[in-house]
Amino acid sequence: MKAPLFDYAKPRSLSEVFELLATWGDEARLLAGGQTLLATLNMRLSEPAMLIDINGIAELKGISVQRGDSGGEVLRIGALVTHSEVEASELVARHAPLLAMAAPHIAHRAIRNLGTWGGSIAYADPAAEWPTCLAALEGVVVLRSARGERRLAAQDFFLDLYTTALVEGEIVAACELPLRQPDERFVFDELARRHGDYAIVGLALAARPGRVRLAFLGIGTTPVRARRAEAVLDGQALSPALIEAAIAMLQAELNPLADLTNSSATKRHLACVLARRALTTILPSTQAA
Amino acid sequence: MDDTRTIHVTVNGQTRHCAVAPRQHLVDFLREDLGLTGSHLGCEHGVCGACTVRLDGQVVRGCLVLAVQADGRSVETVEGLTEGGSMRDLQDAFVARNALQCGYCTSGMLMAAAELIEVQPDATREQVRAWMSGNYCRCTGYQAIVDAVCDVLAKRLAAGTSEATLGARA
Repeated sequence: MKAPLFDYAKPRSLSEVFELLATWGDEARLLAGGQTLLATLNMRLSEPAMLIDINGIAELKGISVQRGDSGGEVLRIGALVTHSEVEASELVARHAPLLAMAAPHIAHRAIRNLGTWGGSIAYADPAAEWPTCLAALEGVVVLRSARGERRLAAQDFFLDLYTTALVEGEIVAACELPLRQPDERFVFDELARRHGDYAIVGLALAARPGRVRLAFLGIGTTPVRARRAEAVLDGQALSPALIEAAIAMLQAELNPLADLTNSSATKRHLACVLARRALTTILPSTQAA
Repeated sequence: MDDTRTIHVTVNGQTRHCAVAPRQHLVDFLREDLGLTGSHLGCEHGVCGACTVRLDGQVVRGCLVLAVQADGRSVETVEGLTEGGSMRDLQDAFVARNALQCGYCTSGMLMAAAELIEVQPDATREQVRAWMSGNYCRCTGYQAIVDAVCDVLAKRLAAGTSEATLGARA
């Protein structure tokens, strides 16, 4: 199908973006990579009166290491950074390798070349890779509006299905991620029917000795941290027996939402398969340490 | 609200000045306004890959880009790339391997495969399958398409010509 009629503006500064948002309110949609938005327009699932193309805003672009709010250095990923740019970034490979592992799983190359980091965060699809990676890395979302800037932890930003803490007139400007520690290990894995499809279940794991974070996609209405299973692992030396104890907790803890083809029980099973694989993968490195 | 915008876009090396409606996507612009019908429309919501074109040198879904977004940028379609380089090699391999029946998906397949040759010149068969999974074919069952792409990769590796070859642009 063809998109409905809409007006189009390409502002050159953030202040212009905020003015347009103030004028058009909920009738406006931001156009970043457009890889979700344009599909919904073509299917007429969305009929905004105004598209605000933010691709001309330089300060929303780029990946850099910066001083964060709390003094330490962080990896800042601008909202307009594309999935392909994350995939190819030297800074990401060095400081947040979890993202480099996850990137090839996102859709297909032609979509990764346009789809953006910020679009994925703002759309907050619980089956998408970036929100779940952000949760596993305990990253921060940087929000901008005419009133200024604020920062929210991943867990405070993702509120419900496609629902975030963004308020009217506010946009996702960037995310900030803690830099990888020398003893930190990561695993990203997902199970999909076909490469590039939305996964049935996926797992982002970030682990330091005595501390493991497990974030799942495709399980709930937001990225899901398995905090009780994490607690089983916390402060303990990883071992095959401890992995099984964590998996048993995961069985009890996860209550996945079924989809059209996968029951809750199937998803719980698959989540446990992924967790066992991921923890077994990092086992040798933790034992060597 | 249905006014048009003037865009300046380079299509297959030629600069065009055109008036487009904001809601018109890139492939409708290429097909309807410029008569470049090599890029096809299948699903029109980013799933099938038949509309794959290059925007500033990278493959994109032509149905998920607005024509107005191409302002100031460079677009390449299968028509502009067939004269030589990796695209010519791919087309010859598709013919040799009988990698198409109706041909509707073929231009998108070729565009996707051409970027694979640039980005992953040493791709394994499994990596070729993963890369090409974003393009649907309803005739061939994919095996012959993967064969054709693997043939080109192998030939280029053997000939030591794996450097990025951008066909007509080179």
